[in-house]
Amino acid sequence: MSSKKRQSPFAVVYACLVYIFLYLPIAVVIAFSFNTSKMNIVFEGFTFDWYVSMWSNTLLMDAFKNTIIVALTSTLLSTILGTLCAVGLNRFEFKLKGLISASLYIPIVIPELVFAIAMLILFSSLGITMNIATLIISHVTFSMPFVVITVRSRIAGFDRSIEEAARDLGANEFRTFFRVTLPMIMPGVLSGAMLALTLSLDDVVVSFFTAGVDSQILPLRILSMVKKGISPDVNALSTLLIIGSVLLLTGTTLIQRKLERDDAV
Amino acid sequence: MRNRLRSSMAPITMIGPTTLWLILFLMIPLALVIGISFLTRNGFGGVLMIPSIDAYKELVSTEYLKVFASSFQLAFLTTIICLVVGYPFAYIIANSSERVKPFLVLLLMLPFWINSMIRIYGWNTILRSSGMVNNALISLGIIKFPLELLYTDGAVLLGMVYDLLPFTVLPIYTSIEKLDPSLLEAASDLGAGKVHKFVRVILPLTMPGVFAGSIQTFIPSLGLFYIADMMGGAKTMYIGNLIKNQFMSARNWPMGAALAIVLIAVTLVLMKLYTRVGSLDDMV
Amino acid sequence: MSNNKDVIVRLIDVEKEFDGVKVVKKLNLEVREGEFLTLLGPSGCGKTTTLRMIAGFSHATSGEIELEGKNVADLKPNERDVNTVFQNYALFPHMNVEDNIAFGLVEKRVPKAEIKERVAEMIKLVQLEGMEKRKPAQMSGGQKQRVAIARALINRPKVLLLDEPLGALDLKLRKQMQLELKHLQQKLGITFIYVTHDQEEALTMSDRIAVMNDGVMEQIGTPDEVYNHPKTKFVASFVGESNILESYVEAVRGDLLRISLEAGKAVLHAPGFKKEEMIYICVRPENLQLSQTPIEHFSIRGRIIEHIFAGSVIKTVVELINGQRLRVARHPGEEELEVGTYVYVFWNPKKAIIVHTVEEQIYNIIEQNSNRMYKEFVEKYSATTEEV
Repeated sequence: MSSKKRQSPFAVVYACLVYIFLYLPIAVVIAFSFNTSKMNIVFEGFTFDWYVSMWSNTLLMDAFKNTIIVALTSTLLSTILGTLCAVGLNRFEFKLKGLISASLYIPIVIPELVFAIAMLILFSSLGITMNIATLIISHVTFSMPFVVITVRSRIAGFDRSIEEAARDLGANEFRTFFRVTLPMIMPGVLSGAMLALTLSLDDVVVSFFTAGVDSQILPLRILSMVKKGISPDVNALSTLLIIGSVLLLTGTTLIQRKLERDDAV
Repeated sequence: MRNRLRSSMAPITMIGPTTLWLILFLMIPLALVIGISFLTRNGFGGVLMIPSIDAYKELVSTEYLKVFASSFQLAFLTTIICLVVGYPFAYIIANSSERVKPFLVLLLMLPFWINSMIRIYGWNTILRSSGMVNNALISLGIIKFPLELLYTDGAVLLGMVYDLLPFTVLPIYTSIEKLDPSLLEAASDLGAGKVHKFVRVILPLTMPGVFAGSIQTFIPSLGLFYIADMMGGAKTMYIGNLIKNQFMSARNWPMGAALAIVLIAVTLVLMKLYTRVGSLDDMV
Repeated sequence: MSNNKDVIVRLIDVEKEFDGVKVVKKLNLEVREGEFLTLLGPSGCGKTTTLRMIAGFSHATSGEIELEGKNVADLKPNERDVNTVFQNYALFPHMNVEDNIAFGLVEKRVPKAEIKERVAEMIKLVQLEGMEKRKPAQMSGGQKQRVAIARALINRPKVLLLDEPLGALDLKLRKQMQLELKHLQQKLGITFIYVTHDQEEALTMSDRIAVMNDGVMEQIGTPDEVYNHPKTKFVASFVGESNILESYVEAVRGDLLRISLEAGKAVLHAPGFKKEEMIYICVRPENLQLSQTPIEHFSIRGRIIEHIFAGSVIKTVVELINGQRLRVARHPGEEELEVGTYVYVFWNPKKAIIVHTVEEQIYNIIEQNSNRMYKEFVEKYSATTEEV
């Protein structure tokens, strides 16, 4: 729906207030990363000290490293699995197709907490101590269905004869997939991957139950520190993560726009 | 024959891994949750293989019913506030000019990219008794002593609304965006005024979005235990925290599993209601 | 198996079933090297299915398909020496013109320099110079069609399959492309198998036309044979405009038949018919004539009910006394007949075509099949006796 009507001043003010509400805590986290005081209470003066000292905070650095490893690995895995599954579901007709499609919605609709304790029970009953692998497996499970659905919606409108044309011109199934199918569904795959990355970066609940002592990620570190008081190191690191996210999101949005413009008919 | 064999391999290679993954890491774990809820607790964590419905019996005790009541009250309030705040907001974004709209949507999505723990931590900083709000109020001379803002039920509600608002707004935004402008023109053409147009055309047509947004707010709000931990200091017990405790400190797995089943049941009922008005794909 | 060297594609008793419905029935077809063969028929007649079976996208439920004398049942589309031009072009949206055309050569691992050369040659052949870097989304339908043709031809296939390639183009462009395609085919000498539902297109372009209806090939022959000597009622009515009349042979004198219709009597010239046979006759609108006075041997009467202006000719609709309507093509110079005038309808006895009766057609099919079975039996029998 688009209208050329100008927004009323009331609407503009209202939208600004909601955005301020959404961004206020983020701004506060960033602001206090430059605060000279060790307590996050009053702003005493400007400093970059925390951006230096955070690197020697080993607990924090481990959490940072784990956050990145888990996010990237789970995104990669869920994108590969999800894309293959989406293409397969689109291409073939078989008995269990309905069941598989339906079960993909389970991780989307069940409360995270239920899924989290389910994973905890699974790994504990197998006698597995939580580690970074259990964390990655859990992240893949809840993000993969989103990849499948995103990619499927992209494939749905496709003309099958384009793939047939590739076969006809001498490409075998694998070559067809890599030279034709994949490039065509790339915008969908990218959106799916971005969604998976977001879900992984934003998760707290599932990670809380499936991360081991030595595989803590940043949000869990914050949760365990909050009662004792958090050092501005955390603000500094969070600020870096926020900046990274903003850059990544802007970058991928631009790439996607370009891809979509390229094959706009 | 050779041909048939080769092409029938492809579905297995493409869908097989995902199917196997879903069985191992989704179906089996969920089956375990159901199974364990019918077993006997073992005080050291884990369970004894003795069938029992103790956990379910305990669920109906007043103590637990109180937890349910406060949890559903919180979830309900959160959803209502998110809807009341979010609908006009979604409407404004959807009606903004094509030039600023992508930017506004991006701004709405951006918080998703920043872990909610970091954002809630920001609120924690703001609301502390020695935090920004109290400092500002004291220095303005409005109050003499810091107010108890953090670690209250209100703070938990604020955190919930904050965390879930984008989840309410997005489906509503999508459904408003999907509205056919010619329908609105038809409504105006047929003499509907602004208010009537909204009540009789726009609102009914965007109901699927409203329902999707409500479900995406209501269900997660039951499980976000860390918001209560960060903002409420575990003063009031909510179902999410209760489940967490069964696995982390109380070591009563059957109880935790039974509570999880309650969450699943609530979800199923809501989904069932939802599928009457919208499709599952709108939830994504 | 006899191996005629001229035959490049051979379909033997090919059948195709989808969910228990036979869409292609006992199809036997031989395509000769270098010819332009058209599969013509209404939508759903099985022509596209036949093409897809030759390309390898679809497998015959029974029967055999041979390319250059070899059974190709086990070959996948990428292993067959045929290429396809798809109905909706099916260009790769993420590749530019050059890359689209080069696709097949890249798959064949042809050296880069050669690819470049051959792509340039192809672009010249289909007159797309200057468009090399364009993407499909930036081109018109006609241009996309040229890319699709170039892309399919660059592999130098033995046979080019074209599935209604001009269907999406407007009339003028379609006419132009028809000629271009025909010239291209003559120049390259590649066998074309062309699928269309447009009889005019088939008549213009083809060396031979195979007319299909409801999964059965009704007739195969040159455009002249198919148009002027349709063997079945369907062919007569589908190819070109025709008036079909049901009649009964009243008397035979040499090659001249005296026939009786519901609306009157007439004569026609046709050898080999017996008295009292039921026949369908087909007369093209341009072969029907009208007269206000009676004509010898003809007593078919009707009333003019409409004139339809169609450019160079006027189609006059005549309603016979039994209610059947005939279309008669007349030239503007001919005697003017007002609507409502009663006229006699007649024709040159040699210009009426007899399309066999339905019963006879069935009989013919049975006869053909029994002949073939007999031949197979003899072959088999002689083979076994030799072994002994």
